[in-house]
Amino acid sequence: MTPAEALHGGIGQSIPRKEDARFIRGKGNYVDDVDLPGTLFLDLVRSPYAHAKITALRKEKALAVPGVLAVITGADLAAAKLAWMPTLMSDTQMVLPTDEVMFQGQEVAGVVATDRYAAADGVAAVEVDYEPLPVVVDPFRALEPGAPVLRADKGKKDNHIWHWEVGDKAATEKALKESAVVIKERLYIPRIHVSSIETCGCVAQVDAMGKLTVWMTTQAPHAIRTVFALVSGLPENQIRIISPDIGGGFGGKVPVYPGYVIAVVAALTTGQPVKWVEDRTGNLTADSFARDYHIEAELGATKDGKLTALRVKTLADHGYTDAAANPSKFPAGLFHIITGSYPFATAFVEVDAAYTNKPPGGIAYRCSFRVTEAAYTIERLVDNMAHQLKMDPAELRLKNFIPPEAFPFQSALGWTYDSGNYGGALKKAMEMIGYDALRKEQAEKRRRGELMGIGISSFTEIVGAGPAKQFDILGLKMFDSAEVRIHPTGKVLARLGTKSQGQGHETTYAQILAEELGISSDYITIEEGDTDTAPYGLGTYASRSTPTSGAAAAVAARKIRQKAARIAAHLLEVSPDDIEWKDHKFQVKGVPDKSKTMAEVAFAAYTNPPEGEEAGLEAVDYYNPPNLTFPFGSYICVVDIDKETGQVKVRRFVAVDDCGVIINPMIVEGQIHGGLTMGFAPAMMEEIPYDAEGNNRAGSFLEYLLPTAVETPKWETGKTTTPSPHHPFGAKGVGESATVGAPAAIVNAVLDALEPYGVTNIDIPLSAHKVWKVIHSKDAA
Amino acid sequence: MYPPNFEYYAPKTVQEAIGLLDQHQGEAKVLAGGQSLIGMMKLRLAQPAALIDINRIPDLAYIREEEAALVIGALTRTAELGRSDVIRGRYPILSDASAEIADPTVRNWGTVGGNLSHGDPGNDLPACMLALGAEYRAEGPKGARMIPARQFYQDSFVTALQSNEVLTQVRIPRAGPGTGSAYSKMERKVGDFATAAVAVQLKVGKGGSIDAAGIGLTNVGPTAIFAAAASEFLTGKTGSDSDLKRAGELAADASRPFPDNRGPVEFKKDMVRVWTRRTIAHALGRAKGGP
Amino acid sequence: MAIDAAEVPRTPGPVTTRTIHVTVNGVSHTSTVQNRMLLVSYLRERLRLTGTHIGCDTAHCGACTVLVDGIPVKSCNLFAVQVDGRKVQTVEGLASGATLHPIQEAFHEEHGLQCGYCTPGMMLASVALLAHNPNPTEDEIRRGISGNLCRCTGYVNIVRAIQHAAQKMQTPAKGGP
Repeated sequence: MTPAEALHGGIGQSIPRKEDARFIRGKGNYVDDVDLPGTLFLDLVRSPYAHAKITALRKEKALAVPGVLAVITGADLAAAKLAWMPTLMSDTQMVLPTDEVMFQGQEVAGVVATDRYAAADGVAAVEVDYEPLPVVVDPFRALEPGAPVLRADKGKKDNHIWHWEVGDKAATEKALKESAVVIKERLYIPRIHVSSIETCGCVAQVDAMGKLTVWMTTQAPHAIRTVFALVSGLPENQIRIISPDIGGGFGGKVPVYPGYVIAVVAALTTGQPVKWVEDRTGNLTADSFARDYHIEAELGATKDGKLTALRVKTLADHGYTDAAANPSKFPAGLFHIITGSYPFATAFVEVDAAYTNKPPGGIAYRCSFRVTEAAYTIERLVDNMAHQLKMDPAELRLKNFIPPEAFPFQSALGWTYDSGNYGGALKKAMEMIGYDALRKEQAEKRRRGELMGIGISSFTEIVGAGPAKQFDILGLKMFDSAEVRIHPTGKVLARLGTKSQGQGHETTYAQILAEELGISSDYITIEEGDTDTAPYGLGTYASRSTPTSGAAAAVAARKIRQKAARIAAHLLEVSPDDIEWKDHKFQVKGVPDKSKTMAEVAFAAYTNPPEGEEAGLEAVDYYNPPNLTFPFGSYICVVDIDKETGQVKVRRFVAVDDCGVIINPMIVEGQIHGGLTMGFAPAMMEEIPYDAEGNNRAGSFLEYLLPTAVETPKWETGKTTTPSPHHPFGAKGVGESATVGAPAAIVNAVLDALEPYGVTNIDIPLSAHKVWKVIHSKDAA
Repeated sequence: MYPPNFEYYAPKTVQEAIGLLDQHQGEAKVLAGGQSLIGMMKLRLAQPAALIDINRIPDLAYIREEEAALVIGALTRTAELGRSDVIRGRYPILSDASAEIADPTVRNWGTVGGNLSHGDPGNDLPACMLALGAEYRAEGPKGARMIPARQFYQDSFVTALQSNEVLTQVRIPRAGPGTGSAYSKMERKVGDFATAAVAVQLKVGKGGSIDAAGIGLTNVGPTAIFAAAASEFLTGKTGSDSDLKRAGELAADASRPFPDNRGPVEFKKDMVRVWTRRTIAHALGRAKGGP
Repeated sequence: MAIDAAEVPRTPGPVTTRTIHVTVNGVSHTSTVQNRMLLVSYLRERLRLTGTHIGCDTAHCGACTVLVDGIPVKSCNLFAVQVDGRKVQTVEGLASGATLHPIQEAFHEEHGLQCGYCTPGMMLASVALLAHNPNPTEDEIRRGISGNLCRCTGYVNIVRAIQHAAQKMQTPAKGGP
């Protein structure tokens, strides 16, 4: 056995997860499990109207309900200057309304009671009179002259929020004009909802010293603490945010929602702990929404299939405020990764954002800031181009991919891709699924009039925000951190600035440190999520934990190794220059049996430090990544369609991912399975539709369709490994790749099956009735 | 999402339950499985003053075949329909339906009586009972009466059951030789109400033609629908492709779907057409010994 | 969904209660509860058995699944008064002391959980599935857990875990009595 094998839980090992121990026993500690003596419960009155003036709000009957202690209204908050709060995009959002409600399901008042049942009784007893106002649901209509102006409070004269563009407009125009073939497609990526099985919630407590502690479903506790300090005026040292176990985040637990603020106000006013846990209808009507992009894209190519230029014009529906969770400088997120896996000479992207009478949208849904919208667009168009050119879609991609030797690659819209081997991943996927045989089968089936389709998506992700010079949230630079401390017996406590929501950080961070410190991961404890103890960080979303905090952990460990090497030299009575770190221990160069383990060094660091050396063994690193990382993959989907009913069955789905060096293959595969399912879901089932009155038509899981094990395809996964050249150990991040890449593969497969009907797009989700309509109108004609 | 307060009673006999219902004059609801009712109470769409929990009444959960009828006790959990050998062998329409009701966990608690008497057009068992020509036993202050399923469903959530009556039993005419039945449900996912669902029972005579047929439809109108014209049309036919197609058209004519997230009206009517044809074919196959 | 603003609440009278006797994970409890108290509230808030979770409020997600007399039910869609006299098992009752139930071991070994929120309900549904069908096919497993939603795993490893548990439960445990 080599020493490397002897190390338990290093990088590359599929060790089972540490955190499982509590979850499988039902001993997780989620927000609703936090139980403080004297806790009161907050429930919310919500608006039945999408747009209305509040003409009266009467608390009396609610206050008469046994157990109800307080009813908090917008007027109450306005007195404390808290009726409005800033959004992450520097817009403004109501905590509670004083005059108008702007979407159905909006928080209108908070009821505080001694138990949840009494609070619900109180909510039912609050009387609100509304005077309905004209509703703006369609963002195109919102921008038409004469549309009701929704944000006159901001001095707005129309519903246009911002315009953003990138790329060379003139060159793209020229290139498209000169292209032999240009296709144009309108794609609507509808509003969807993350629907983590745990909704949002918090427990707010103010202690006798005036310190505010909030246990909160947040993916970014440190940033939340700073936001709370800036909004409330409380000193930041008097605020402690604790993010306990989180029952799924997917981007929905990044922003600050009104319920959190109302709970804090309630705790401050009552002097007792206040718990707010959102019910599912509140969750599905008021927060955690993603997408809602109306995209018009044009793609040019030469006759023989060389892609030439890409032009994209998008209208973003943000609801009544821009509360998207994006880095400050990027109002449309990283949408300009839209040139994807192809070396376009030129491209141009513009996005306009509009206000509507919908709740704020624009969080990520398991996606790094609008990357799904981008990957979906380019991969849908490339497939359409292949059909237009009568080329095999795999061949068209292979012909156009950025070649492996071109990395680092400068994209037309300004990104520097770190590494890639796109052809390698696609060829592997084709081999795994038996691509050529499937095409033959399809040709035979088509002759018999059966509908079978094959779809490909070869996406490029962009994760790990990010370099601090480009990326910040409300001015906070998007570094992340790790603080590593080795105890005298060689056991480790590490705290990081991110926050796991199921990703398995307690295991994978321990594996990074095990590898870097030569200490079994069994002896490494990982802590996150408590702002009083963990170093400052921007949190976990956008697949950034491994690229940032994971890197910080490695760098902090290497800092420790520098000091440890000096101590080892002291113990081995050689010069530090003669010490090398090899096989997870310090060795005298060329003398392998003269060595010291990290545990031996740690003991000495506390009991026998060399002269002039500080005692202890610890380090902190705030890691500012030099670049983003660019995971990629190729997915192939096979579908069969029931011609009579329009029902689509995913027969097979092969996903080949490349996320660089893998810390724990078991965990990575699990994340890909989950990501694929959250790519399948919006492609086939999930949507938050609104009717003309602005009513949310999917306010419970009866209508918001999360796939069960029955609908979910049986995923097949594969991998290639192209390390990131700039990450300390070559990792890239993977939690979201599959969600980004999967939808286009599925939709491309369905459209491939429907090729005989001449249709080039069906907007997702591909409900049976939409597919039926395509088949039926053609067959009937 | 928490329900309002209510009085709770757990009577030990049907008579006691009827007395409590009568005493509350329409303000009380029977609590059987509660799988629909409790959800409506949590949404405060239903706010009964009292719940009469009939789960403590013995001998209301059974499935047995008598000389002339298959009888099912109202408190039989819908999952049991899928586990009964009698039903799987001779009334597969009900085991088909059992597998399609909500999800496996909900089926463990939801009851046959509740599914039939709730009056939700999305419930799966009513269409089966319409196809089977079942009768419901309703017990009230004045005694028991039998209500034919085909006269039971009046409008969404409105049935022939009086507020002081309890549905205690379903009687289904015994399936004779040559009987085949099936239930097909098109749904968006497990746990959904049907986009369209079709229940068929038919009897094939010695000569090979259809002697009798019943077709019921789920969630394509304000109530479960008995497709009378389609059922009548099939009688005397051989079950040729064109017979099935015609029956599908007649069933679609009988449907009155609403547009919703599942699709527009014309789509749903076409699904009634398609699934009626397919379900008749399945039932015919079973009548001839098929799976 | 349309939120119905016109629904007029009944005038709240005094909240009515009832005393129930329930055996939870083998322990007898006598409790006075509001008639309207949901079983999930009773377990979580009265007995502090917080392993049973609430996910959807409408009996779709199955996070609140517990066993009542051995049968999986959604405890957010049941009143506590309905389990008077019955036996309830929650996730906290799966292990015997330090010894995990095979389903718990299997979920850990096969990575059948990520955020852990759906896990207790998923495991209890699986235990009931295996009690009925000790050797299920993959499709039977997928149908069997279709009353439980998971947002993290894509179900692949949950299916593997249940298959693994099925094997464990058919093979007598090593060294154990």
